Amino acid sequence: MKREIRYLSLCGLLGYGYAPASLTNALQEDLDFIGVDAGSTDPGPYYLGSGNNFVKPLQVKRDLSLALKPALERKIPLIIGSAGGSGAAPHLEQTLDILRQIAAEQSLSFRVAIIRSDLDREILHRAVAENRLQPCGGAPPFDPALIPQLCHPVAQFGTEPIIAALQMQPDVVLSGRCCDTAVFAAYPILHGFPAGLALHAAKIAECGALCARPVGANDSLLVRLRHDSFTIEPPNPSRRCTPDSVAAHSLYEQPDPNCFFEPEGEIDLRQCQFQQSSARAVTVSGSVLHPAVRPTTKLEGAVLRGYRSISIAGLHDPAAIANLAEIEQGVREAVQESASFVREGEYTLRFLRYGLDAVCGRCTAPAAPLPAEVGLVLEAVAPSQEQADALVSLARSKALHQGFTGRKATAGNLAFPFSPSDFQGGPVYEFALYHLLDLPLICKPELLEIK
Amino acid sequence: MRLYDIAMVCRSKNAGPFQLTIDLMFEREEDYLRVLQAENFQPRTIAALYQVPPECVRIKPFARILTLKVVLPRNASSGSLQDTDVYGSQQHFPLGDLDFPPPPAPA
Repeated sequence: MKREIRYLSLCGLLGYGYAPASLTNALQEDLDFIGVDAGSTDPGPYYLGSGNNFVKPLQVKRDLSLALKPALERKIPLIIGSAGGSGAAPHLEQTLDILRQIAAEQSLSFRVAIIRSDLDREILHRAVAENRLQPCGGAPPFDPALIPQLCHPVAQFGTEPIIAALQMQPDVVLSGRCCDTAVFAAYPILHGFPAGLALHAAKIAECGALCARPVGANDSLLVRLRHDSFTIEPPNPSRRCTPDSVAAHSLYEQPDPNCFFEPEGEIDLRQCQFQQSSARAVTVSGSVLHPAVRPTTKLEGAVLRGYRSISIAGLHDPAAIANLAEIEQGVREAVQESASFVREGEYTLRFLRYGLDAVCGRCTAPAAPLPAEVGLVLEAVAPSQEQADALVSLARSKALHQGFTGRKATAGNLAFPFSPSDFQGGPVYEFALYHLLDLPLICKPELLEIK
Repeated sequence: MRLYDIAMVCRSKNAGPFQLTIDLMFEREEDYLRVLQAENFQPRTIAALYQVPPECVRIKPFARILTLKVVLPRNASSGSLQDTDVYGSQQHFPLGDLDFPPPPAPA
């Protein structure tokens, strides 16, 4: 049995970049695998809904093109999780395309194990019928009427499918939506390492050098995992880990610093010890897994809510700034009167007033005194792009000329920095499925040759 | 004194698309305890600031690194039509404005 597993997390998110020297330095070690997570729901529901990747193909290609060849030369797997950010079929296909481009450019041939996370709607119908779906992370109850409308519903798998993929001995594992931890914990669990330590190490590793100082989601992290502890060290000599920097990382984007939940169960961090084991490395021990009694899988899905168009403008006139509410009211009424091309209630119009309350909402007390300048984003969302464009155009022209109490600048209320002043935002989605499923899902990796 | 000025780190971020988490890290243990034990730092007062149900607000102390974590629901899910902060990274206000009396002067 292996006594230690060494792996590199390329960076916090595939495409965020890393110092080339970090990879070179890490490759001095006898690595068992290289992993990188590509997934996030942070950028919002658009990316899952539309099938687009939130990171651009050129960024992904840069990060993979440096790492693929050395991984193949050393015969160590390169594991990519949540391909294309959201991990549905179109995202996976984009990453596969990038791998094909790199193969052609660098004359490489390799075998890719592909894990598809796309969810069969039949499972959802069954889950609803059998009451096997629970809201996750504060989501409202699932509305079964939305099943046909879900765009790219996916299941976020744990380590199991990646373990199955690794058993096929591929050069690359390309996974659809999966847990960030699965990318880094699958290999150690397959090789008999304690799951609690493997998952905790993975939780830290998936963010790259975010646990180091200076922090860097855009840099690599080296992990050495043993049966009783693990050691993390940034391979970039300009960064270091400290017990506090690593402990603090367990807070990041997590509802509880003392534990976290994965499909495998609850990882209990209460007995964790963090020790400075060398100038830049920290050794962690004491993380324990309490295995789930009923394993669950988180499902994600988005629905289309309309199409967006926006206009951007600024205000400096103090009377206009003081009377923005009156201007807004006038514009709303005028738009409603003129917009015969869309039914009332089928569109939304927003006035985002930057400098006043656009960020924290209108529940906060207004700033006193009023700011010298205010930025205004006018937004329309409607059933079609054409309607949204027309609505924002109407609202923008009304807002420019809208009268209000004490108006002195009678030639126009708004400063537009751009011509054209209006921009299409495209389709707008909303997360509708963010629920835990307690039905077993079958996921069999496929093997693909790239030459 | 504002909570924002007492804390060394005062930040917010999504914890998934439906929740926010606010981290308050302190340099000194007395500040950490002062805030943790304060009358106005309670789920019900924080819920009122963010206009969310008080039973959905949780405060989690993490004494090891003198940190208080607040978890609360989002009023609009990330990226939905009503949302104004997709990543949730500027939602540490209005909590940051919470006012605390200055620490007692050393005897």
